[in-house]
Amino acid sequence: MQTWSLVSICVLLGVVVRWGVSLNYYSGAGKPPMFGDYEAQRHWQEVTYNLPVQEWYFNTTDNDLNYWGLDYPPLTAYHSWICAYIAKMINPEWVELHKSRGYESPAHKLFMRATVLVADLLIYIPAVVLYCLYLTDGSSKKKVSTLLCFLLYPGLILIDYGHFQYNGVSLGFALWGVLALGLGWDVLGSMAFSLALNYKQMELYHALPFFFYLLGKCVKLGLMGRGLFLLARIAVTVLVTFALCWLPFLSDPSQTMQVVRRIFPVARGLFEDKVANTWCSLNTLIKIRSILSSESQLYLSFACTLLAILPSCIRLLTKPTFWQFKLALANSSLAFFLFSYQVHEKSILLAALPVCLLLNNLPLMAVWFLQASTFSMLPLFLKDGLLVPYVVTSLAFLFFSIYLLSALERCSEEELRLGSLP
Amino acid sequence: MAAPVAESWSWFPVLALGVSLLKCLFISSYHSTDFEVHRNWLAITHSLPVSRWYYENTSEWTLDYPPLFAWFEFGLSHVAQHFDRNMLVVENLNYASPSTVLFQRLSVVFTDLVFIFATRECCRCVQEQKGSRDVLNRPSFVLAVLLLWNFGLFIVDHIHFQYNGFLFGFLLLSVAKHLQARHLQGALLFSILLNLKHIYLYVAPAYGIYLLRSYCFTQDNKDGSVRWRSFSPLRLLALGSIVVSVCALSFGPFIVMGQLPQVLSRLFPFKRGLCHAYWAPNIWALYNVLDKGLALLGVRLKLLEEAELPRASMTGGLVQEFQHSVLPSVSPSVTLVCTLLSILPAVASVWRRPRGALGFLRCLLLCALGSFMFGWHVHEKAVLIAVLPLSILAVESREDAGIFLVLTTTGHYSLFPLLFTPAELPIKVSLMLMFTVYSFTALRKLHSSQGPLLRPLEIIYLLGLVAVGIACEVVFPLSPWQQRLPFLPLLATSVYCSVGVCYSFLRLYVSLLRRDEEKPKQT
Repeated sequence: MQTWSLVSICVLLGVVVRWGVSLNYYSGAGKPPMFGDYEAQRHWQEVTYNLPVQEWYFNTTDNDLNYWGLDYPPLTAYHSWICAYIAKMINPEWVELHKSRGYESPAHKLFMRATVLVADLLIYIPAVVLYCLYLTDGSSKKKVSTLLCFLLYPGLILIDYGHFQYNGVSLGFALWGVLALGLGWDVLGSMAFSLALNYKQMELYHALPFFFYLLGKCVKLGLMGRGLFLLARIAVTVLVTFALCWLPFLSDPSQTMQVVRRIFPVARGLFEDKVANTWCSLNTLIKIRSILSSESQLYLSFACTLLAILPSCIRLLTKPTFWQFKLALANSSLAFFLFSYQVHEKSILLAALPVCLLLNNLPLMAVWFLQASTFSMLPLFLKDGLLVPYVVTSLAFLFFSIYLLSALERCSEEELRLGSLP
Repeated sequence: MAAPVAESWSWFPVLALGVSLLKCLFISSYHSTDFEVHRNWLAITHSLPVSRWYYENTSEWTLDYPPLFAWFEFGLSHVAQHFDRNMLVVENLNYASPSTVLFQRLSVVFTDLVFIFATRECCRCVQEQKGSRDVLNRPSFVLAVLLLWNFGLFIVDHIHFQYNGFLFGFLLLSVAKHLQARHLQGALLFSILLNLKHIYLYVAPAYGIYLLRSYCFTQDNKDGSVRWRSFSPLRLLALGSIVVSVCALSFGPFIVMGQLPQVLSRLFPFKRGLCHAYWAPNIWALYNVLDKGLALLGVRLKLLEEAELPRASMTGGLVQEFQHSVLPSVSPSVTLVCTLLSILPAVASVWRRPRGALGFLRCLLLCALGSFMFGWHVHEKAVLIAVLPLSILAVESREDAGIFLVLTTTGHYSLFPLLFTPAELPIKVSLMLMFTVYSFTALRKLHSSQGPLLRPLEIIYLLGLVAVGIACEVVFPLSPWQQRLPFLPLLATSVYCSVGVCYSFLRLYVSLLRRDEEKPKQT
């Protein structure tokens, strides 16, 4: 069968599964006074539409930062503004200042879910399709199998379409960055990744591999010639992208500082709730949070994170191949997840994306990790009433990936690349 | 994906499991009143004695399926009591707690196992092409996908809510048994099916004539005509005893209690109108539209008085009696006569020149489609009785594949009004696109060596479906006519699809009669 038809069937199946999950509850459904992430996104639409840009990140009478204050970089705010503009055309009650707090209705739920789907269709899904078709090796059947498994990864579906978030946008931009870098378009790749960073600051988990890969490439091209030129172009692109995204906030230094303070809340402790990283696990044996002071906790996590990612980054610097880059992405995001400060369980998605890129090469380990990552978010899903979608999507992902990618058959030492360095 | 050289069926469980998991994802989606119908029947069969089953009418959804289905619901109710006892209380009308929904939805998914088993048997009957190593290109694989992932069956069973997968499993299994020349088993399965849902009476003539001709007469003459001497009374007795014993098992208790007339009156309620609230895309839809059109024309040309026209609206939301204004009104006996006339050539062809089990399948198809076209109070869901068996023929013959594409796409699109909620719009569009893309590309690849599947006119018609779809789902709700003529999209869908269905019916007949003209082949 032709590849285009198989690809379209996979994409349609991905859309059906996503919409099927979205029929269930979202976070904080029917739970006043704070509700959940769904209400947070709706509130941001309300704030960005009704208030002037200068007030978005500040605590004013109209904008109470304690009730889901904006804590993502400006691109999220612009996205919320666009959604609010459309919402106002359909039903102004959804984004009315103050009065729309806690607004819940079937029509509104449909609208919000639709915004997630539209964002996915525009950004995330095309990136996945292009990645699987152009940067995966093997027969076209293998590429389509990888595409199907990539699109069926349960963690992202359940968080974006169940719990309610827009991870598809930031991960999609990051994936566009990876795609561009893989095809050799370094400047476009760095622009895409800058956009990802400006959407969610957690993309910093992926930043160091991007930096070291591009630096290593420039070094290889020769720091006195083309390498320097490339470095300059990348630097200018990144700076211009950041400047464009932060334009309304650059006029006043206090504005810029306030945004930075909102997106990096260092006052909030080593970890919150239960999350599957070292600090939370260690805390069951040694009560770190009470032993060390807040500042030393910060330094400790910083040191451990750095220590964990340095080896792969140095290797990437000396040997900037695409394969190394993918591995470094996985390593860096996992290191950040395990050792960083104020990690939420949803941050495992940042590690899941690079591992999805490895589905084709290391199917067994990738499937294993992806399954475990979804499982690690189970308490969150139970809280949101998403047990049935969780079971269904996890089982489907497990069976399809094991069957289509022959995960259990490719288990030799050489296949698993556990041996010496290639 | 490594392509194994030997005949490996490992893909079948994956397909079956995949579609079953997808079904579980829609547990919390919209469900129609059919959900309450089945909950009510669970309650009736569980809480009341057998003598009251067909007399109970606390709810408007009285038991109107044959007794075997009532026993099936009785069996289900024993599992249901572990989910939520309150659903089994007859007075709890419209009770739909989360456990109830979970139980009912899971019961449909579970009983679909019959359908999955039947698909497996049908795939086994399909001839494989020699030397095709690519799994995706095998007729059995294509048939499995066309049956297991059938769009119409999926949305009718798992969103709208019904037990069609379970019933079609019996039908397809019986067909498979006939294809494998195990006629007694096939007859047994069909008798069970008839006693589960009597709508399959429509295809009973095909079974009756075929079994009489090909099973009771053991041999044919050299030119294919019947050899009267080879009649075997033993075989007729065997068939008869199977059918009678199944019916006795099913209706027996009610005959003993003297309730047979009441049961029959529940099974065949002729008070309902010619057409369902949403017209099924059959001949009567075109007839209605013609009548309306002529009436409007008559009023415009001052040939008729507007006051003389009957007031009842054919497009009203409830099922009502209505009359036609210009053309003669249609009564149930007229539809019966039309149906019988329409299936007569097919049945006669099976009698004169049976072409083995495939000829029987074609006749079954035509009986199903004929009764869909001319029947009384037909539901649009009944198009599935024609679509599913046609899949078997489509993977083997190029001409049938072309007819299949037209009938299936049209029939599936005509099911769209069943899911009218906005939340289900992306689901039905995506699933329909998925199935359509797959059926077109897979069948084209399968029959690639024999030329194009569709004629240009058919392609234009199918593209027109897209235009109708966009107009009805997107443009119309946002236009000013939404208030004044709310039933216009239903009308448009119904009429446009009936053209396609009528066309497929005629083409199938032409193909059958053309085969009749050829020399009889060895079966």
